[in-house]
Amino acid sequence: MEITMRSVWTLIHGMGFGALYLLACSGALVELYRFTTSTDPAEPTPGQERFLKGYMLAMVLLAWAAVLTGAYVIYPWYRAAAPPQTADLSMFPQRLLMSSPGTIGWHSLGMEWKEHVAWFAPISITMAAFVVIRYGRDLRHHRQLRGAVLSFTLVSFVAAGIAGFFGAMINKYAPVQGGHTLQLGRGEGK
Amino acid sequence: MTRTYILPNGSGAAAILAAGIGSFALAVLAFAGDKSVAVKSSLVFYKPTGPLSGVTTTAILIWLFAWGVLEWRWGKKTVAAARVITVALVLLGLSLLLTFPPIVDLL
Repeated sequence: MEITMRSVWTLIHGMGFGALYLLACSGALVELYRFTTSTDPAEPTPGQERFLKGYMLAMVLLAWAAVLTGAYVIYPWYRAAAPPQTADLSMFPQRLLMSSPGTIGWHSLGMEWKEHVAWFAPISITMAAFVVIRYGRDLRHHRQLRGAVLSFTLVSFVAAGIAGFFGAMINKYAPVQGGHTLQLGRGEGK
Repeated sequence: MTRTYILPNGSGAAAILAAGIGSFALAVLAFAGDKSVAVKSSLVFYKPTGPLSGVTTTAILIWLFAWGVLEWRWGKKTVAAARVITVALVLLGLSLLLTFPPIVDLL
C-alpha cells in the first residue's frame, strides 16, 4: 500500500484543512444562528466565551491553511504545462481535463470558479472571528453586527463547499499525481 | 447604580465593510485578468501559481488596507451599521456573481 507525496498534500489540503473547515463551519453556523435570532441572548459564561473565541480562531487558521496549500502547493502541480507532443497527460491534470469534451467543464467551470471563490471563505471568517473576539459578550447588544457575522459565515460555508465539491470531483477525474512514493504497509494476498 | 459600557459598533462595521471590499477587489481583479492579457500577465507574482497569485495577494492587501483605514476612522465611533452592512453584503453578492465563470463569459 503506497501513496505519493502529491497525494498526501492533496489529502492534507482537502480532507485535513478543507473538510475540517466545513465541519467546523456548520457548528459555528448553528451557534451563531441561535445567538443571532434570539432577541435577548443569554450572557455566555467566561468559559463559553473563551471556547467560542478559540473555535473561531481555529476556523480562521483552517481556512487560510486550506487556500494557501491549495494555491501554492497543489495548484502549481495541477496547472503544470505539458511538454509538446506529450501523449500521456496523467501528470498534467489541467491538460488532461481539457483534452476531452466530457471533462473540460471540470476545468473551465469547476477550477475557474473554485480557485477564486474559495478565497471568500478565509476573508469572511477572519472578519467574523475578529468581531466575535473584539466584542465578546458585548456582541449581544449589537443585533446588526450579529446578523452580518452570520451572513458572512454562511457565505464562507457556501464558498468552501463549492471549492470542496469541485476539488473532490476534479481530483476524481484528473488526480494530482507524482512525487516521492511513501510505503504505508504491505498488503497480503488472500 | 452601575452603568454597563457598550462597545461602539464602528470597529465591527469597519471589519464587515472591509471584508466586502476585499472580496469585491478579488472578484474585480479575477475578472480583469480574465478579460485582458496584459492584466493577466501583470498579475503573475509567482510563476507556478500564475495570475491567481497576483489576484489574491493584491486583493488581500486592498482588504487589509481598507480595514486599517476604516478601523482608524470608525474604531471608536457608532456608525449607521445597517447601511454599512447592506453595502458590504451587496459587494459580497456581486463578488460571488463576478467569480462565476458563466457570468464572466457573458460580460
